[in-house]
Amino acid sequence: MTPRETLPILGFLVAAVLLSLFVTSNVVLNFLVFTLILAIAAQGWNLLGGYGGQYSFGHAAFFGMGAYVSAILQQRFGVNAYPAVAFGITAAALLGYAIGAMVFRAGLRGSYFALVTLAFAEVLRILANATEITGGAAGLLISLNLGAGNLQFANRSSFLILGAVLLALAMLITLALEKSRLGAQLVAVRENEAAAAALGVDILAVKLRAISLSAALTGAAGALYAQYFLYIDSNIAFGTWISVEALLAPIIGGAGTVFGPLIGALILQGLSEGTKMLIGKIPGVDLIIFGVLLILVVRFPLHRIPGLLAARWRGKGAP
Amino acid sequence: MGYPPEILLEAVANGLLMGAVYGLVALGLTLVYGVLHIINFAHGALLTLAMYAAFVAHGVFGLDPYAAMIPLAGLFFVFGYLVQRLVIGPASRGDDSNMLLVTLGLSIIIENAMLAIFRSDTMTLRLPYTMSMVELGDVLLSVPRLIGFGVTLLLAALLFVLMTRTDTGRAIRAVAKERTGAALVGIDVAHIYAVTFGIGTACLAIAACLLLPSFYVSPRVGNAFVLVAFTIVVLGGMGSVTGALLGGLFIGVVESLSGLYFGDSLGQIGIFLIFILVLLLRPTGLFGARA
Amino acid sequence: MTGQGRDPAFLAVRDLTKRFGGLTAVADATFDVREGSITGLIGPNGAGKTTLFAMIAGFEQPSAGLVLLDGEDITGRKPHDLAKLGLARTFQIVQPFAGLSVRENIAVGAFLRLPKRRDALALAEDVGQRLGLGPQLEKPAAALTVAGRKRLEVARALATRPRILLLDEVLAGLNPSELRDFLPVLQDIRAGGVTILMIEHVMQAVMSLCEYVHVLAGGRIIASGEAAEVVGNPAVIEAYLGHGAAQRLAGHA
Repeated sequence: MTPRETLPILGFLVAAVLLSLFVTSNVVLNFLVFTLILAIAAQGWNLLGGYGGQYSFGHAAFFGMGAYVSAILQQRFGVNAYPAVAFGITAAALLGYAIGAMVFRAGLRGSYFALVTLAFAEVLRILANATEITGGAAGLLISLNLGAGNLQFANRSSFLILGAVLLALAMLITLALEKSRLGAQLVAVRENEAAAAALGVDILAVKLRAISLSAALTGAAGALYAQYFLYIDSNIAFGTWISVEALLAPIIGGAGTVFGPLIGALILQGLSEGTKMLIGKIPGVDLIIFGVLLILVVRFPLHRIPGLLAARWRGKGAP
Repeated sequence: MGYPPEILLEAVANGLLMGAVYGLVALGLTLVYGVLHIINFAHGALLTLAMYAAFVAHGVFGLDPYAAMIPLAGLFFVFGYLVQRLVIGPASRGDDSNMLLVTLGLSIIIENAMLAIFRSDTMTLRLPYTMSMVELGDVLLSVPRLIGFGVTLLLAALLFVLMTRTDTGRAIRAVAKERTGAALVGIDVAHIYAVTFGIGTACLAIAACLLLPSFYVSPRVGNAFVLVAFTIVVLGGMGSVTGALLGGLFIGVVESLSGLYFGDSLGQIGIFLIFILVLLLRPTGLFGARA
Repeated sequence: MTGQGRDPAFLAVRDLTKRFGGLTAVADATFDVREGSITGLIGPNGAGKTTLFAMIAGFEQPSAGLVLLDGEDITGRKPHDLAKLGLARTFQIVQPFAGLSVRENIAVGAFLRLPKRRDALALAEDVGQRLGLGPQLEKPAAALTVAGRKRLEVARALATRPRILLLDEVLAGLNPSELRDFLPVLQDIRAGGVTILMIEHVMQAVMSLCEYVHVLAGGRIIASGEAAEVVGNPAVIEAYLGHGAAQRLAGHA
């Protein structure tokens, strides 16, 4: 990955920092932070789904894992936020690996893969709702403990910067993947497994690495959510809403591209806020629009365009 | 394990009754898979829609759910036909991942439309026979569930006749077996796809009417059933109607017994775990056709 | 690596059998492929050639029998392991990796032995040029013609630096001039030290390229030997109906 290729990502980071300095409205800041959290979760999904072609319908499993492990370690065991978040991310990655090991070895792909990931997320949601350590149906509160040392900030601008830094990291990881051997092999697996195998690609190993990395990124988003909102419950952590948004954002913004998830998250959240302003707070209206958008995007494959444009742009600067 | 035999017997019996309706829900799903080869992620949302429709039919027109079965089945047949013909078919153009996304999109739209209109409170229909029981030997059986069982069997028989004795049924079976060949002999495949989808949706409408007297309705109620339906379909074999019905009965009993031993909140886990296990071990199911 | 003291055959197939339920697709197939040769595997349609290939290349588990590569037992190994050992194959129905350029397609193969992107792309460039795809390297692979795709298929496999290359009907669908242009490409590959085993229907190509030929009919090897003598074999001519090969060869004799 050349310095020139990382410029857009650095550009984004600079823009985010500037925003944090000049935007004072809490409403807008809240919107931006939430969008960044979604973008990070979506970046995770994009790795497995966009680049790898394995569409997970249950990424909430990783989001929730990251959120709960981080929160539980802080609340129940007094662990400091930083290692707690690190453990949360690791736990999500391990969960990804475990699920992948079972599911990919059984040869599940396509609709079956989507179904089984959905099932895993649901199992976790039910468990989180019923067990004590997660706070059960009442959920889990992280005690207010402001200070950089506890990864809790009084003002949202700091969270904006934190989120932007994490997203920039996720994008750099995605870019590095694109340029790596794993990335090429992952795309080959997406396009044609048999041909990839004949060319020496270890399909199982590639998928396992992809799902672990994907889970880690989405888990990071979950941990960040917990630090920002300081409250999670089984529906927030493992609910279908995050599985859907983590999937929708890359599909709409451009699956298999570095900036697709961020673009998609901005579009989705923008639409969501926009409809709220126009129609008022009727629950579910924003998701209706998301659903329509999803069908439209599939019907008129606009989501291929960002991917093709990205390939052209890359091609100009090849290799 | 500490439960007297009468309680177990009752759990099993009620599980069987419940399972029949699960089977009916699964039937639509397996039919659509067997013919169109798509896994309809919107199935649960369509059930939710049907239940709200039955609820409204009662509230606005005073129609008893059992009386509403036939008109709603007709209405939903048409709705399902149009959805497949106008939305799913054109949008997915036969691609597997596209169909996944389109049916997902549909489910999101339907579910949230219900949320927007009816809000998230669960609602129930209190009918004079909701709590009626009937005694069969030592066992107390719920009347609505008995009716559900009976209607399901009747419907299964009707579908069997449809599939084997009518031209449409034969066309459906032809398309399921060999789409290109069917097209070559002049069968309008797009039409058959839409008819099949319509039948699947009509089954949901009937299932909704059967469930309403003893169940609550909420925007996510269909979700509670969809994974059960998927489990049944995967267990019984994708595309197998017998598998769907027998699988439904089996799952009904499993759920009933899990609820007994693990309590309500964890009862659903039993089903999900079976689902995951079946997918991992035998994606074609026990009676399965293709994977 | 001339196999001294070992089985002289570079690729040795011994009694390879595949049964699908009650149907035996391949029965006791035994033949050798000599190192550095271009060997043909011919036979009428449905004879089981692709199944045989699939077994050698790790895509089907043999019901019985052995496959040895340079003396090493490789029976039933996975395709990606075989690629590492130096056995590469192409597919009859060519599908390039859509969305990637021609160079990137070839690079997937190159990445097997070269972990760094720069090196893999350089090798891809090399191989692409050798296969005559130079002007198309930048273009999306999906834009290639049939002949181009066939070259890409071979280029991808070649980028894995194989010792033996299994070609599955690589010449099918090419018009006479494309065919004429492809033959030297294959000879060039062999000159580079790669053994070739090819399933082929195009008789003139088999005659001009292959030193040795094995004939598969009804799942069994019915003849093996030098190309000229095998094709004159009456059993072979009988097995082959409808290709006009017998008449053409009788005309040449």
